[in-house]
Amino acid sequence: MRSRAGGYSFWIGAAAVLGVAALAVATVKNEYYFFAAYIVVQFVVLATAWNILGGYAGYVNFGTSAFFGVGAYIAVMLIKATGMPLGVQILAAAAVGGALGFGVGLLTLRLRGIFFSIATVAITIILETTVINWRYVGGATGIQILRPPVMEPFDSYTKMLLFVAVLLAIVAVAIARYIEISWLGRGLRAIRDNEEAAECTGVPTLKLKLIACTISGALMSAAGAPLAMYQSFVEPASAFNLTYSVSALAMPIIGGTSHWIGPVLGAVLLGTVQQVVTVTVSSELNVLVVGVLLVLFVVAAPEGIVGLARRFAARLRKRES
Amino acid sequence: MTEPLLKVDAVSKSFGGFAALSEVSIAVAQGERFGLIGPNGSGKTTLINCVSGALRNDGGSIRFAGEEISGLPAYQRTRRGIARTFQIPRPFSSMPVIENLIVPLEFVAHRGSLHTADTRDEAMAILETIGLADKAETPSSRLSQVELRKLELARAMAARPRLLISDEAMAGLASNEVKEVLAILFKLNESGITIIMIEHIMQAVMRFSQRVICLDAGRIICEGTPESIVRNLDVQRAYLGA
Repeated sequence: MRSRAGGYSFWIGAAAVLGVAALAVATVKNEYYFFAAYIVVQFVVLATAWNILGGYAGYVNFGTSAFFGVGAYIAVMLIKATGMPLGVQILAAAAVGGALGFGVGLLTLRLRGIFFSIATVAITIILETTVINWRYVGGATGIQILRPPVMEPFDSYTKMLLFVAVLLAIVAVAIARYIEISWLGRGLRAIRDNEEAAECTGVPTLKLKLIACTISGALMSAAGAPLAMYQSFVEPASAFNLTYSVSALAMPIIGGTSHWIGPVLGAVLLGTVQQVVTVTVSSELNVLVVGVLLVLFVVAAPEGIVGLARRFAARLRKRES
Repeated sequence: MTEPLLKVDAVSKSFGGFAALSEVSIAVAQGERFGLIGPNGSGKTTLINCVSGALRNDGGSIRFAGEEISGLPAYQRTRRGIARTFQIPRPFSSMPVIENLIVPLEFVAHRGSLHTADTRDEAMAILETIGLADKAETPSSRLSQVELRKLELARAMAARPRLLISDEAMAGLASNEVKEVLAILFKLNESGITIIMIEHIMQAVMRFSQRVICLDAGRIICEGTPESIVRNLDVQRAYLGA
């Protein structure tokens, strides 16, 4: 059990991250850095959201892109129908994503292991097909979005989006951390270790999985909502792109699924490498980077960076004593 | 006469065309030490799975403490007071031993309350009764066979059961270890917990049980005191095929 002091240092750290983001917004001139950083922070949200169900409970969700795409298109709908501001778009996307997570969970969480994963892939395909055939939101050709004028005190829309994404990431990580150290996290870990034994020790397994799937879905869709404004253009093939699913799964595994910092580390590491590779080599190669790193970690460090750090710390302690 | 703690009435269970249980009825009284024996594949574990909720029975009724429970999910039955151990130990292997006990303590006994310090003390107390206190912080993936069996019992106890079902808690243990586990079960029974013991080690069941039922091919073939069971010809036939 972590102490209350750990709680304070978490919030101090969160405030520091937000402070750095604000400072960067105020001082850095080059727009490109914000454009690239936004992607990395967006993946922090997605990886953290994925880990709530995939890492803690061990239910591997391949449907991240479904939730992400739904978030993006909820924002598109709201912009087109009412011109609602970004904050409302994100909240609405989270609500719909949560409802979708609950519904999907109800239908698929009775399936265990690989069957659950296959069902989540199917959901991505169903939703993408639906949007492709829906003219109102642009159908297969996509839809152009006009950015509204930027709000004070920001001087560019991209900078504002980055700041919003950082806020969203802090909310996501705080939720994941709360789950991890509460009864909810202990119940989910019991499910991952042995679902039947968990049920027989009084853990309401279906209810806990549904809670996890709902929260996870809400955060994934919230992460997708700003995409419309970020790209000024949304089309189904990129909004529902399977690479979101793959990255959201690879990042926690690389970082380590047992601790909330794992998905954050994984997303920052992998996201940054991908951005650098995209710029310096080619955008095709960044998919390969994910694949290679994933295989390396699964083989050499199945518990991710967090696991490596723990092993290293244990060795240090042994040497001292 | 008061109602038995557990009353299984004409329970059946089939897997496809195979009838694993056909109209099995048992009644276990409060505080009883009840033995369940039978050759491999006779339906012992299926019966226990139906009682604990891992499987749903096809027909018949299961009443616990006067209440029909056959429609309830397993966790609800645990909360009503039925705890079990598994034939092959199923620890929460990512957690240290003590946290394995905190799961049922949090989800059954202390539901909704936030006294984490009390929960830990209580888990320690249970580990002391079972004889695992010195392993409290050991990762449960590093336990020996006998320690795993004890952990199964300790975790079941942490759910504060009225009825404990011990599914082959002693299989594969050395004879001094069998004695150790048996002593624990006697101690738990003395504290007022009703115990159903499924076991292949005859000496252990016969010493422990006040009453024994023998299953064969999904039916009860014999019921009585340990002495009468050993002498029963049907039981001898079921086991030896004579």
